[in-house]
Amino acid sequence: MKPSLFPALVALGAVVAVALTLQAPRNPGDYDVVAFSRLPTLVNGRLKPLDTVARTTLLLTQGRQRVTTPGGTTLTPGEWLLDVLYRPKVADTYPTFEIVHPEVLALFNLATTDGAGGKRFSAQQLAGHLGELERQAKLADGTESALRTPFQRAVVQLRESVILYQRLQHSLNDASSTDFLDRLARFEQALPAGLAATAPRGGANPHGSEDAKLLLEMSTVFSSLDSFAYLRTIPSEKPDDPTGWKTAGGAWADSLAQGRIAPAALTFAAIGRAWQLHQPEAFNQAVRSFRASLDAAMPAVMAKCDLEARFNSAQPFSTSASLYVLAFLVAVISWLKWPRALGQVAFVFVSIAFFLSTAGIVTRMWLEARPPVTNLYSSALFVGWGAVALCLVLEYFFRNAIGSVAAGLVGFATLLIAHHLSLGGDTLEMMRAVLDSNFWLATHVVTVTIGYSATFLAGFLALIYVLRGVFTRSLDNATADALTRMVYGIVCFATLFSFVGTVLGGIWADQSWGRFWGWDPKENGALLIVMWNAVILHCRWGGLVKQRGLMALTIFGNTVTAWSWFGVNMLGVGLHSYGFMDSAFWWLIAFVASQLAVIAIAGLPLEVWRSFQAPAART
Amino acid sequence: MKTLLRDLRDFFVSLKLTVALLVFGMLLVFAATLDQTNLGIWGIQQKWFRTFIVWQEVRGISLPIFPGGYFIGGLLLLNLLAAHIARFTFTGRKAGIFLTHLGLILLLIGELLSGLWQEDFHLRLNEGDTKNYAESYRDNEVALTDITDATFDHVVTIPDALLERHASVQHPKLPFRVVAKAYYPNSLLQMRGPASPPSLATTGLGLEVVAAPQPMTYKPNEANLPSTYVELVAPDASPGTFLLSTGLVAPQRFDYGGRSWKITLRPKRIYEPFSLTLVKFSHDRYAGTAIPKNFSSRIKLTTPDGRDDREVLVSMNNPLRYAGLTFYQAGFENNDRTSILQVVRNPSWLLPYVACAMMNVGLVAQFGLHLVAFVQKRRAKLSVPAVA
Repeated sequence: MKPSLFPALVALGAVVAVALTLQAPRNPGDYDVVAFSRLPTLVNGRLKPLDTVARTTLLLTQGRQRVTTPGGTTLTPGEWLLDVLYRPKVADTYPTFEIVHPEVLALFNLATTDGAGGKRFSAQQLAGHLGELERQAKLADGTESALRTPFQRAVVQLRESVILYQRLQHSLNDASSTDFLDRLARFEQALPAGLAATAPRGGANPHGSEDAKLLLEMSTVFSSLDSFAYLRTIPSEKPDDPTGWKTAGGAWADSLAQGRIAPAALTFAAIGRAWQLHQPEAFNQAVRSFRASLDAAMPAVMAKCDLEARFNSAQPFSTSASLYVLAFLVAVISWLKWPRALGQVAFVFVSIAFFLSTAGIVTRMWLEARPPVTNLYSSALFVGWGAVALCLVLEYFFRNAIGSVAAGLVGFATLLIAHHLSLGGDTLEMMRAVLDSNFWLATHVVTVTIGYSATFLAGFLALIYVLRGVFTRSLDNATADALTRMVYGIVCFATLFSFVGTVLGGIWADQSWGRFWGWDPKENGALLIVMWNAVILHCRWGGLVKQRGLMALTIFGNTVTAWSWFGVNMLGVGLHSYGFMDSAFWWLIAFVASQLAVIAIAGLPLEVWRSFQAPAART
Repeated sequence: MKTLLRDLRDFFVSLKLTVALLVFGMLLVFAATLDQTNLGIWGIQQKWFRTFIVWQEVRGISLPIFPGGYFIGGLLLLNLLAAHIARFTFTGRKAGIFLTHLGLILLLIGELLSGLWQEDFHLRLNEGDTKNYAESYRDNEVALTDITDATFDHVVTIPDALLERHASVQHPKLPFRVVAKAYYPNSLLQMRGPASPPSLATTGLGLEVVAAPQPMTYKPNEANLPSTYVELVAPDASPGTFLLSTGLVAPQRFDYGGRSWKITLRPKRIYEPFSLTLVKFSHDRYAGTAIPKNFSSRIKLTTPDGRDDREVLVSMNNPLRYAGLTFYQAGFENNDRTSILQVVRNPSWLLPYVACAMMNVGLVAQFGLHLVAFVQKRRAKLSVPAVA
């Protein structure tokens, strides 16, 4: 095979493989679960497809989107959601609660051997001890969230998962009774007569008819469903007013007052009955006609729901994470063998992964109608995106696979961080009042985040310099000089963006809070990055450091940036502490320790550096 | 002598000093950030930044532990100025660097000035309320009001700085001397009883209530409750010693010399040449959630001369700037019927804007120059093997 043909073939293969992941999802059986999953609901102030609710709930309760039944079948998130909504007793047997803390297991008299995969348990297994869970969680509530023990955190989180699960079960169905949908059907027929019987003047019969009694019973059920439901699936009568979306319980309760049942409430009852009685045709018919009415009433909402469901199933960020790993490996090998061909292959992988990430970020922006960075999760995506973009530029100029290695490393690491941040719930959140300004989100937040990207990238390039230099013989003069130039250029870039971003933040603060600078932790974090970059540049200009010193300083920039990005959020104080997180603390410590270790390695005498043991020793 | 001067000059213009100061500055910022969990955002500014030396109490003894913000910032300013005067020759290539550093000098001065001049107040308005003053967050004052005339009040105020020094104040409008006997920045009010701490009060509410001094709190959800004992001394029949506290909401009344008086300790007030009426406070939430979407206050602004009489809307990210003051939507309480506005006076607010614009232009010019040079060199290099 000709060497120039090889990269082209690999590129073609990769594109085809990626295109396959973007295909529309297919139904696992006769039920049109895909169409059901695309139906909209209002949750946490945002209209989203049921598919998103299913996936984010599963991520929250068990850390993954796939469900395996005790019988061994694998369910899609949509199928799982249908069972939770309409067949609660069956759903209760699915192992969908991840519990790893041994003391929490002890609360439930469970052992790891009782769980699927040693850590996933079903609602049925938890059922007997929910009172104790509630009691323990209440005890933990008294402790400030930053000071809670791991046990307390686990207990509070499990309670949150259980409540969310129970609220889902009570969204369209009364999970505590077995014949709710039948009674609903009777209610539907009894409504006109029953209303007449309970009406003030028509109520001649003091004991009431059977119908009136049913109405009374059901009205209590409806109001409890309305207050407990998680989903608001009954569309607003005015399509552009999201406050009008109701819970099913609320809609049924309204029917008592108005004598008229909302068509959507009837539809969700029909869907439920079809799902319970195993009638795929009735199910598909109900979903299809409901969907047609929604398409007519709110085409824009439905377009977004379709895209979001498609985006959920395509999982572009997970595909690009795999590609980044591949690119990294191929690029590293290219330093040892076939530099030209493998270098091109790595570049192709990085480009495809970058394209996918870009598409993912743009999709999120369109869904949210916001600039790219709105919370910690999206900042992780964007930090990676910015760094990889810079890597592509570097690789275009230098063509030595260093850009690809760094891209693979930073791209994968940031997507991994993003994945862990996504376990906290829906990542497309509504913006709190103080942050609700697209102008400042687009300017200050984006610039500061690019500053993070660049500082990290410079740090990772410096890591490559040190590790390659000490542990391999591959860091020749030309490569070392090229790396130095790259690091210097990226540090300049980082200084500019961190500075401009920090200043824009000051202007935003002056506009909204009345002071340009308030020594808030997040502001201080950004300031530290600017100052450290200034230190690096001044050391370089003043000749205080040479190549190795520059690399050591730049690696330390990684710890400064990590502190500013995550560390300050852990303090739990200040106006910016919107992204509080607890478990990541040890990861931060480990990261800082690893960076300090590499800095120590960089300080080893040159005789130990394998690359510099060659006769032509360098300074 | 000459060598000493030269050494001194070399020290102040050296790049090593710049780097050392930057590193010290980073340590300062980092430590102050960590300390915020103990002291809060206001406390750390006083302790770490607006000071020459950072003092830390170790087992009851105050020890200097670190150079403060003024020290490091001041030296950096000197270093910058000295370096530019002694070493810098202006050329087109260095215009960017020059502009950046000039901006930085301005920024440091601006931060110093806003530290000295900026004042923060808050304005608490119930719907329908009209006020022509804002109140300080931290400073308090004793207010003595002559209320004999039903149509007009004479008010004399004494700031807490004087109370803390146990000052004795003789004011021409007052027929008595005001002597501060004690001032507690934070205190706990208790009913006076056998077990309570000794009280200095000889009249008024202080006969029943006593103030016990407490350590200051900096927690965001706790407030300090200052109290003071103030004696009013007159040549004949002194009114006596009052216990005053911001916790005692209603002013205490007394008669002296045939006139009626009110005395109270209250947050320091700044009077404005206009008045604000809260027409409506709105707290919008996202549908079906408690997540706040927007806070806004519709306010009527009126001046006594009748020049301004209009409604304005203050909301998140949209302050009202009027007469050198800026009003920001800061909070709300009382079931969304009370709006809290933050009122800031900062005469040097424009400086950071100018400084940052200069630095941005400077950095873009400088790094842009680098980039262009790099790309040109790279092009030249890459084109060689392509030909070969």
